[in-house]
Amino acid sequence: MEHTAVAHHHDGKKEVIRVTIILTILTIIELALGFAMMGMENQHLRLTIKGIIIILMLSKAFYIVGYFMHLKHEVKNLIMTIVVPLLIFIWFIFAFLYDGNSFKNLKNTYDPYKKELSTKKVEKKSEVKEIKTEEIKKAVD
Amino acid sequence: MSTTTAAAVPEKLWSGGKSPFKVEYGKLMMWYFLMSDAFTFGAFLIAYGTTRFATNGWPNPNEVFRSYPLAGENSHAPLVFVSIMTFILIISSVTMVLAVQAGQQMKKNAVVINLLLTILGGLAFLSCQAWEWNHLFHEGAWWGRNPFMNADGTQSTTGFTNFFFTITGFHGFHVFSGVIINIVMLIMTLTDKFEKRGHYLMIEKAGLYWHFVDLVWVFVFTCFYLI
Repeated sequence: MEHTAVAHHHDGKKEVIRVTIILTILTIIELALGFAMMGMENQHLRLTIKGIIIILMLSKAFYIVGYFMHLKHEVKNLIMTIVVPLLIFIWFIFAFLYDGNSFKNLKNTYDPYKKELSTKKVEKKSEVKEIKTEEIKKAVD
Repeated sequence: MSTTTAAAVPEKLWSGGKSPFKVEYGKLMMWYFLMSDAFTFGAFLIAYGTTRFATNGWPNPNEVFRSYPLAGENSHAPLVFVSIMTFILIISSVTMVLAVQAGQQMKKNAVVINLLLTILGGLAFLSCQAWEWNHLFHEGAWWGRNPFMNADGTQSTTGFTNFFFTITGFHGFHVFSGVIINIVMLIMTLTDKFEKRGHYLMIEKAGLYWHFVDLVWVFVFTCFYLI
């Protein structure tokens, strides 16, 4: 009994180092993709990269819950009572995002005024500041 | 010989006399609490996603989160500060695992050192968040106010700032509670409470909570800063 406990802990430390390295690498890939996405014009490629980032996010979540929180080594029934209820999120995400998109399309179709407002360009904050300071200067003169 | 017979007889988990999940009651309840907390954060993030899908245009996070402490006003370093925050949280999660493992081996000194490192990591993360909130506030962002324009140059709604401050605030409050819990654990370790009990199971429960905080940050970080 004593022996198995010690052996288990020895593996534990190795496992922690392995998972830390995996999490670090996944985060670095995520950040690299984030940097690559900056200023990218191709919308399809952007969406693909966002999809990859979400997959990386979920694998990070798997490593944290499975190894750091030790869920992978628990009894299967316990894993099921926690993971199965959370599966409802799959439906939540599809249903709510689809609904949000539909709401946007309906607004844009039936509320042309709002649609027009949302296509109006605004000046950059720094430009606004400069204009304001010019106005103040004029007023002072 | 005895081991082979033990393996041959199927384990009756539900026949009573022991925990069928092979975990202590408090740890099991911590798991279910964290599951409910996951639903709360999930609801927040799905509300954010729904609003984002229902809005024409959205601010570019690389334009909003582009500064870091001691940088000039026109600094342009997107993702740099937040990646530091992410690594701080990951490392503090690692030290927490080490504290839990040291507890299982009844090594008091290792528990104390790793708990201290975890608390420091938590405080460092909270300081980073405080700086970022303060910085954004001085740029004019707050609940109900959004100074940042959309990525395509159009006027933005307040949805972005409302969700950002609500969700990172709720997460930051969890980090704060986690730091308090870890400080209590540290005091209990230093006063030999766990040594007298003969086990460090309490540290494992605090550890679960702390890892959950790290887990939520993985999602918040991706949803607000990356995509």
